[in-house]
Amino acid sequence: MAMSFIRKLMLSSLIVLIPFAASAQTFVFTAIPDEDESKLVERFRGIADYLQEELDVEVKYIPVKSYAAAISAFRNNQVQLAWFGGLSGVQARALVPGSEALAQGVEDEAFYNYFIAHKSTGLEMSDTLPEGVRGKTFTFGSKGSTSGRLIPEYHIRNIFNEAPEDVFSRVGFSGNHTRTLRLVEAGTYEVGAINYAVWEKELENGNINTDDVKVIWKTPAYPNYQWSIRGDIDERYGDGFMDKVREALLAMDDPELLESFPRSGFIPTSNENYEPIRSVAEQIGILD
Amino acid sequence: MYLSPTARISLLFLAIAVSALFFADIAITTANPWRDLGQFFLGVATPDFFSTEGLATALLRTVAFAFVGVALGAACGFLLSLVYRFYPVRMFCAFIRAIHELFWALIFLQFFGFHPLTGVLAIAIPYSGIFAKVYSEILEESDPGPGRLLPPGTGVVSAFLYARIPDCWVQMRTYTAYRLECGLRSSAILGFVGLPTLGFYLETSFSQGLYSEAGAMLIMFYVLIATIPLWVKPKLLPIYVLSAPFFLGEGMPIVWGNVERFFTEDIIPAPIRNGEGLADLGAWFNDLMLNEALPGIWNTVLLTQIALVATGILALLAFPLISNHFGGPVRRTSGHVFLVIARSTPEYILAYILLQLWGPSMLPAAVALALHNGGIIGHLIGRQTNTVLLRPDAPTGFNRYSWELVPRVYRSFLAFLFYRWEIIMRETAILGILGIYTLGLYVDSAIQQIRFDRAMVLILITALLNIGIDILGRYIRRKLALQTMPTC
Repeated sequence: MAMSFIRKLMLSSLIVLIPFAASAQTFVFTAIPDEDESKLVERFRGIADYLQEELDVEVKYIPVKSYAAAISAFRNNQVQLAWFGGLSGVQARALVPGSEALAQGVEDEAFYNYFIAHKSTGLEMSDTLPEGVRGKTFTFGSKGSTSGRLIPEYHIRNIFNEAPEDVFSRVGFSGNHTRTLRLVEAGTYEVGAINYAVWEKELENGNINTDDVKVIWKTPAYPNYQWSIRGDIDERYGDGFMDKVREALLAMDDPELLESFPRSGFIPTSNENYEPIRSVAEQIGILD
Repeated sequence: MYLSPTARISLLFLAIAVSALFFADIAITTANPWRDLGQFFLGVATPDFFSTEGLATALLRTVAFAFVGVALGAACGFLLSLVYRFYPVRMFCAFIRAIHELFWALIFLQFFGFHPLTGVLAIAIPYSGIFAKVYSEILEESDPGPGRLLPPGTGVVSAFLYARIPDCWVQMRTYTAYRLECGLRSSAILGFVGLPTLGFYLETSFSQGLYSEAGAMLIMFYVLIATIPLWVKPKLLPIYVLSAPFFLGEGMPIVWGNVERFFTEDIIPAPIRNGEGLADLGAWFNDLMLNEALPGIWNTVLLTQIALVATGILALLAFPLISNHFGGPVRRTSGHVFLVIARSTPEYILAYILLQLWGPSMLPAAVALALHNGGIIGHLIGRQTNTVLLRPDAPTGFNRYSWELVPRVYRSFLAFLFYRWEIIMRETAILGILGIYTLGLYVDSAIQQIRFDRAMVLILITALLNIGIDILGRYIRRKLALQTMPTC
C-alpha cells in the first residue's frame, strides 16, 4: 500500500510538469490595478470586447494584483499591451526594447493630483501644500504608482526639503486610489494623495462625503496614463498589427467605454513624452 | 529564590517581549476601528454566497493547488528524507523551508508569470524541505527490531519497505494529512499575490469593503477545512491527487527565455550587471544593509518576540475552553468552534483583516499571529489535558487550572511554543507585504521597483535569520529536554 501510494504521488507530480496548453494567438492585455478591482474588470472587459471586434483576433484582459505584476507580465511577453501609469510605463518600456507608448487619454497630457485631508485636520484648499500637514498621518496609493506615489513624493520633497517619513508622523501605502479616498474619508489617515480623475468620478457618482474629506492642494500638471505595446508585436500578429491597435484605441468613441476610464478620448503619444516622469523617478531613487 | 529552568526561560522571554513593546510600533490608527470591526462581523453574519461568480472556482482552485503542491512536496520530501543524514542535504532542506510560500511565489511570478507552476512550486518547494525533515525524524525513530530479524542477504529496498515503512506508516500518513490542511491555507493566501485561489477574491471583496462577500468566502473556507475528515478519505486520495492538476486553471504560457533572463541578469547585483567595480558593489550592498536589511531585521525580531509571548499567553488562556476538566458540553463546543476558526484562518488573512480595521502598525500583526498560533497550541494542549486523570477530590475552577493542569502540560506547551518560534518569524517577515515594517516590506518594495537583485538579497537574509532562530529554538528545546511532535 505504501509503495502504491508513493507511486501515485510521483505519477501525479509528473503530470503537473507537463506544460499547459496555451492558446497561442490570443492577444492579451492588462492594466495597473489603480482602482477597485470590480470597476477595472468591468471597464477592461468592455475594452477587450471592443478590441476583439476591431482587431479580428481573440482579445483577453487579465487582472493583476500589483503594478509590478503588470510590468512583469508585459516584460515576460505574457501580455502584449498594457494600460500603464506614467511611471509603470517608463519602467516597463525600459525593460522591453522596442516597446512603444501608443496612445494616452486626452486628460493624460496634463494630468494632476489632489492632496486630500480629513475634516479633523481643519485644513482648507490652498495654493501650495500647507505647512499644516506636517506631523499628520499620510497615505500614498500604490508603491509603483505615478499619481499615488511618484508625483506626491516629488512635491513633498520639493516643498519641505525632507523625506515624506520626516514630514509626516506615519506614512502608508493604501494600495490604490479608491482606498486612499476611503481611508482619508474615514480618518484612518489624515492626509492622502489621489489621482484627480478618480476623485472627480467618485464625486460625480455621489460616493464622497465632502463634509469628511476635502481637497487641500492641486499639483502642477504632468503626463500620465498611456497604452504601451511590445515592439515585437508585428512579428507575432502580422505586419501592421501595431498600427491597427493604435488606430483602434484612437478611434474609441463609445461614450460608455470612455466614461469608465474616465477619459474624453484617446490621442497619440510617444515614449519621449514621458521623459519628465523618468527624470523625476531617477531623482527620487525609484529608477536607477 | 530557586526557579526551574523552564520558569527561568519563560520569564526571560517574557522580559524580552515586554522590552520589545517599548520599541515596537503599537497603535490603532483608524478613527473608527470598532465601527469597522462591527461592520465586518455584520458581514460575516450576513454572508452573501452568490455575489461572486468566482467563489466556487476559487475554492476548487484552492483545493487543486493544495493537493498538487502538497503531493509533489511529499514525494520530493520523502526522497530527500532518505538522504537526510548527509549534511548538505540537511542544509539544503533547512534553506528551502526557511523561505515562505509567498516569497517563493513572488520569485516564480517574475519568470513563470501567472502559470499554475508558480503556485504549485511555491507550495511544493518549502513543503519538500519540511516533509524531508519530519519524515526523516519519523524514520529515525522507527523500531530497528524488525530489520534485525530479516534473513541475511535481504536487499536494502526490501528491508526498507518491509521493516521500516510499516512501523512509520501511520505517523507519516497522519502528518501528511495534517500538512494537507496547511497546504489549503498556503494555497488560499497565494491568491493575495495574484494566483487564482481564494485569497484573490478575498482581497478584492475586502479592499472594497464588501464584507458580506468576504464573510461568505471565509465561512466556505472554514467549512472546507472543518470537513476535511469527511471528504479526504484514503481511498479517494489517489483520485484527488490525480485529478487535481487538471483543475489548476490555464494561466498564461511560460516563456522560457524569461527564466534564463531572471537567473543570468535580473538577480545579478546591479553594479556587477553594469560592469562597475567592486567598490560600487560594496556601496550597493552597504546601502541595502543599512537602509533596508537592518531596519527590517530589527522590526522582524521585535514583532516575532512580542507575537511569540502573546501566542503563549493566549494558548494558556484558551486551552481550558476545550478541556474536559472545565465547563459543560455547550461551552466546550463553542470553545472548539473558536479554536477551529482561530487556527484555520491563515495568519496572513487575519493580519490583513485586522490591518484594514485598525490601520497599519505592529498591533494587528501581533494579534493575528497570536490568534492563529495560540489557537493551534491551545488546541493541542487542551486535547492533552483530556488524557490527564485527576483525583476525585482535586480542586476545581481556578485552582484546578493553575495548580493541577498548567504544571502538567507546561513542558509540552513550551515545546510547542519553541517549535513554532521559527514559524512565527517566517510569518512575521511575510506580513511586511501588508505594510508592516518587517523584512517582507522591503522585499515587496524591491519587487515593486523591479529590483530583483535587492529582493533576492533580502529574501536570502530572511532565510538565514529563520535558520538561526530554528537552530536556537532547537538548542533551547534540547537544553530543557522538551519533546514534541511536529505541528504545522
